[in-house]
Amino acid sequence: MLDSIIQNLFNALQWGSFYSLIALGYTLVYGVLRLINFAHGDIFMVGAYIAYFIAIFLFKGSLSLSGGLTLALVIPLTMILTAMFGVTLERIAYRPLRRKGANRLYVVITALMCGLILENGNLAFLGASRKSFPELIDKVVYNFGMISMTNLKIGVIISSIIVYFILNAIISKTKIGMAMRAISYDKFAIPLMGIPIDTIIVFTFILGSSLAGLAGILFAMSYPILDPFMGAIIGWKAFIAAVVGGIGDIKGAFVGGFLLGIVEILVVAVFPSTFRDLIAFSILLIILVIKPTGLFGVAKSTKI
Amino acid sequence: MKKSYISVILFVVLSFICSSIAFAADDTIKIGFNIPLTGEIPKVGEESKFAGQMLMNEVNAKGGVDVGGKKYKLEFIYEDNESKAESAVAVSLKLIERDQVLAIVGPNSSKQAIPAGQVANDNKTPMISPWSTNPDTTKDRPWVFRAAFIDPFQGPIAVDFAIKTFKAQKAAVLYALSNDYSKNLAEIFQADFNKKKGAGAVVAFESYGDKDQDFSAQLTKIVAAKPDIIFLPNNYNEVALIVKQAHDLGWKGPFMGADAWGNSELMTLCGDDCKGHYFTTHYAAAGAKGETKEFIDKYQKLYGYQPADVAALTWDAINVVLAGIQNAGKLTGNVRKDREAIRNGISAIKEVKGITGNMKFDEQGDPIKCAVVVKINDAGEFEFAESVCP
Repeated sequence: MLDSIIQNLFNALQWGSFYSLIALGYTLVYGVLRLINFAHGDIFMVGAYIAYFIAIFLFKGSLSLSGGLTLALVIPLTMILTAMFGVTLERIAYRPLRRKGANRLYVVITALMCGLILENGNLAFLGASRKSFPELIDKVVYNFGMISMTNLKIGVIISSIIVYFILNAIISKTKIGMAMRAISYDKFAIPLMGIPIDTIIVFTFILGSSLAGLAGILFAMSYPILDPFMGAIIGWKAFIAAVVGGIGDIKGAFVGGFLLGIVEILVVAVFPSTFRDLIAFSILLIILVIKPTGLFGVAKSTKI
Repeated sequence: MKKSYISVILFVVLSFICSSIAFAADDTIKIGFNIPLTGEIPKVGEESKFAGQMLMNEVNAKGGVDVGGKKYKLEFIYEDNESKAESAVAVSLKLIERDQVLAIVGPNSSKQAIPAGQVANDNKTPMISPWSTNPDTTKDRPWVFRAAFIDPFQGPIAVDFAIKTFKAQKAAVLYALSNDYSKNLAEIFQADFNKKKGAGAVVAFESYGDKDQDFSAQLTKIVAAKPDIIFLPNNYNEVALIVKQAHDLGWKGPFMGADAWGNSELMTLCGDDCKGHYFTTHYAAAGAKGETKEFIDKYQKLYGYQPADVAALTWDAINVVLAGIQNAGKLTGNVRKDREAIRNGISAIKEVKGITGNMKFDEQGDPIKCAVVVKINDAGEFEFAESVCP
């Protein structure tokens, strides 16, 4: 029994890592822009596909590098390309609306549409058949009594924790992080202080999208079957995780992601799996009813 | 000027009408195909279409079908149902009313075959689904037939095979809650296994939701229950993920699957993890003999890849229709009468030799035929292991 609980907690940490990484992207953009970027789950999907094409090109192509070297190149390249993709999206879809002073609601609808465009564009250009991500590193299964872990799962959990601390340092220790916090505090006064608001927003999208890209790589390695709609559901759930944690707060997103992972997995461990989403989301609903701002959210103050 | 335009248009329209009358009355047999050429499972539609083209070219090259001393050429009309239930209904109506086909082959998935079967039955047009295994497709519909066996037959075969080959005393099932095919088959397996090995022999019966990718919690539960076999009546893309994750959690035992595994994409997605496992299906491509091998070789030569079960079943479905036409004795040229004659002809079939096995039809229009269990061998081919006949 104890074995099974520890095994499930371990499963939950791995699954929660993906929610956390995606939820961080939601919360960053929301903190700075007060915009719920519903296309974020699909940016994650784009990240996974970018990782796939780079991995195929380096690993299976004429270069045929070793798996480890490929991975070392795939991670930075995918993060850079996904960040560029996110910035392009902001440039094309969100900035024009912001310039025209459109209500935030319209920008949210635009984000939803961008998500659908990405999904269906992928379906149209790459076809309905699923892509199989190559195995870059040899999987090793460690057994401790009844508990099994793989090197990949441990890697996923450690990466997401490291990423959180780096992000936290950027936001609380650097000048640009201070500017991000300042914008979330008062976006009308900040430009008057000589802070280039557009640059800060672009930087925010770079951070959020590169995290989605990293999540895409790790996800593609753990669940090596890619399809155009893979980002939709996990994106929505990560958004819920961000809200439960207190949207706008990066600690909240990080904890909320793991919380959702743990709730989902433990519900299955205890109850029949048929009731998973029913019970899991009822628990989250109760949390929100008790604390509508989320676990770490504050009613109205600086977000991020 | 104007007048000449009008006369040209008139001429074109008239010639169209004449030609369509000529088609209906003359010596062709029109059969419609209601298949998914786009959408979720385009490969399934493509294989059906290729099997149709191959058969038509072969028959027409020999001068056509001989019905009552007269030679008829075959004409096949391929319509795309986009793998959607509502489009399948529209396509059926189009084939029945506009194209005036004598019979319809398809749709392939039960999701589309069940509503399309209603349309065909209401409009008194014979329809035969090559691939649908859900009992509802043909149930209480005298005009609807199928070429595949049904799930209540397939489930117990998997049970028997698991008990015999793996000496299974305990089994676990993981199925997709939102997929009728998977849920239905899982329940049949559970009921049958419990019947044969005592209540509670299915030690874990777990489900997952639409588009789930992580199955670790369910699999942890399953592995902890220590079954002798895990039954996975799921689509091939989910199978690939489940099998890999089960191995990550330390599962080393066998898996058993159903006919939805039998797709050429399974091995590209699943790789080495799926090798050595078994599933029940309609035919085995590797190690096939006789006419089945002939069909596979011809198909592979023409289209460059090995045909999956759906191509073979489409081939058989068309042959069933042709046998029904032979049984009808003669064609009058009156579409209504001919459709009825063909329906009666199909239900009167004593036995048709098919490449997926010989078949005859019961009163529901379901074939009585054998199923095979195949093993995924080390080369990644689906190799014949056992054949089970009713």
